[in-house]
Amino acid sequence: MAVTTADGVAGIQPEDKTSLKTKLKRAERINRVRSLSLVAPLLIFILAVFVLPIALMLIRSVQNTEVRSAMPATLAALDGWDGVATPGEPVFAALAQDLVQTQKDRTTGLVGKRINYEVPGARSRFLKAGRMIDAGGTGPWKEKFLANDPEWGSVPFWAIMKRAGQTYTPYYLLTSLDLRQDASGAVMKNFDDQSIFLDIFTRTIWISLLVTLATLVLGYPVAHLLAILPPKHANVLMILVLLPFTTSILVRTTSWIVLLQSNGVLNDILLALHITSERVQLIFNRFGTVLAMTHIQLPFTILPIYSVMKSIPATHVRAARSLGAGPLTAFVSVYMPQTLPGVGAGCLLTFILSLGYYITPALVGGPQDQMVSYFVALYTNREMNWGQASALGAILLLITLALYAVFNRFVGIDKVKLG
Amino acid sequence: MAMLAPSYATPGEKLAYGVFALYCTLVFIFLVCPILVIMPLSFSSEPWFTYPLPGLSLRWYEDFFFDDRWRIALQNSAFVAVFSTLLATTLGTLAALGLSRGNVPFAGLIMSILISPMIVPVVIVAVAMFFGFAAVGLNNSYFGLILAHSILATPFVVITVTATLTGFDRSLTRAAASLGASPWTTFRMVTLPLIAPGVTSGALFAFVTSWDEVVVALFLSSPEQRTLPRQMFSGIREQISPTITAAATMLVVFAALLMMTLELLRRRSERLRGTMA
Repeated sequence: MAVTTADGVAGIQPEDKTSLKTKLKRAERINRVRSLSLVAPLLIFILAVFVLPIALMLIRSVQNTEVRSAMPATLAALDGWDGVATPGEPVFAALAQDLVQTQKDRTTGLVGKRINYEVPGARSRFLKAGRMIDAGGTGPWKEKFLANDPEWGSVPFWAIMKRAGQTYTPYYLLTSLDLRQDASGAVMKNFDDQSIFLDIFTRTIWISLLVTLATLVLGYPVAHLLAILPPKHANVLMILVLLPFTTSILVRTTSWIVLLQSNGVLNDILLALHITSERVQLIFNRFGTVLAMTHIQLPFTILPIYSVMKSIPATHVRAARSLGAGPLTAFVSVYMPQTLPGVGAGCLLTFILSLGYYITPALVGGPQDQMVSYFVALYTNREMNWGQASALGAILLLITLALYAVFNRFVGIDKVKLG
Repeated sequence: MAMLAPSYATPGEKLAYGVFALYCTLVFIFLVCPILVIMPLSFSSEPWFTYPLPGLSLRWYEDFFFDDRWRIALQNSAFVAVFSTLLATTLGTLAALGLSRGNVPFAGLIMSILISPMIVPVVIVAVAMFFGFAAVGLNNSYFGLILAHSILATPFVVITVTATLTGFDRSLTRAAASLGASPWTTFRMVTLPLIAPGVTSGALFAFVTSWDEVVVALFLSSPEQRTLPRQMFSGIREQISPTITAAATMLVVFAALLMMTLELLRRRSERLRGTMA
């Protein structure tokens, strides 16, 4: 019996079925668009103000515009150069022509600085040649340049000059890994006096590992205590963990300087207790850096471990004990394995965040304790070598994001709780 | 420590628990002492960092509140933090609401992008923005600093609001809609009051992020926009004056107040959720 009423409520015709399906689909689509339009403002904001500048910074690490924009004639003349003998008069004439312009634009120093990265002494050579051009005169230029500085005849110099004219360069990234290209383009170990960066990366990772380990050793028992205490007591102790968490890093760093400096509080105590006979250096070294960083990172390690421990039923250890396991066995083989996800999350978080430290090592560390971030800042502000700053930043970012991906895969950043 | 050890513990085990409790006590002292040590020094009458204090005075507080450099820094910090908080909280809350509806494509990827400002080393953020903002003339402006601080603060808002929304009962908004409320009315009358504790604690985290931020401020601001942390940073670099300990004490008190607010909000949120279940 077909139950089809006039208004079509009780029964559904085939054509209604499809229209219902499309209606449902449309409703779902509208819903999805609504959800997306809620997410879109923040997503666009972050893409425009955060992701885009970082992408531009990554490009900057391979960008190579100094020579290309300032020396077009020279580079064009170098196009046909065989790379075996010193270039001929046309190249030097083009160089003289370019230098007239760079002297006018005051960019001779910039070109010299760029070449100087790969050929020490090149900057003064360019400035000297610039002064010669300013003095006036006409060609032939080759003898004049060679008389000004015989190094203008060097074949490897011209090979590097030609390479420096390309739009993109691996130079900064290679330098960040203590590598260099010789005049023929082969990659090799960098000169000893320029090979400082692998040491800086190793140091950054080593300090982060030390801090992670220290926070684990200090934090694991505390997390356990917080998890087994009755909530009334645990909440009070939790405040002690969270108070430093919400206090400014700068305040805590200041405190450590006050505590650790040679006429500071800790030295007073050590002297008064006759533990040491003279004031010891506790700050501006590795010890002070790791101590202050450990203090700052400790809550980040404790909280994820605590939240995992909180979810482990006390009955597990009791069951193990009742089955004859000793207290140590029960703890090590029943309790500890269950806490590993928390340990992994807390340690990974602390390690990732430690890699990027800048302020604390800058204030309580010595020259040997500065981490990658410090050099990114240094090359940006002091050395004005933005390619190098960007390359160091790019490698640091790569390491961080790789670890972030691991963290996301196994923990999920959205599982991180605050307070 | 009787409450720590189970009733069936052997004497050796009780001793182990005693050692454990002592160890934890030392860690707690380590956690809190730097903060407690710096506060009394700010009341010292002399500019040395030694105990016992030579005498008590409020001169460093006078310096902090009445010296022009500190006063301007305080004003700048408050100004930048308030506007960053407004921007970050609005955008972060909307995004968390959208993501929690469960029908956003690539939600996992979007979430990790939204959280990434918390993970990327802050120097990289600062340098990248320094170059990027220079291109559009935003360096050395309040607006640029507010944009940058908002970026750093949004992950905290997204995380706290998302956490609140996981316990959120969807049938409440459906009920409102079926009773004829428009989406906006539903949001205003039903959703917002329920997620308010999460939004507020997200806003507090956002505020504190901007309030404490120093690296981006060093790169993006001129002396005109110098904030409190920037002022403190240059002070620590040169010579730690006791005024810095006064500033630090004020910040600690501020943090403690903030934490109490967060704790109250957490309890309120739990209560709200309790009545819903």
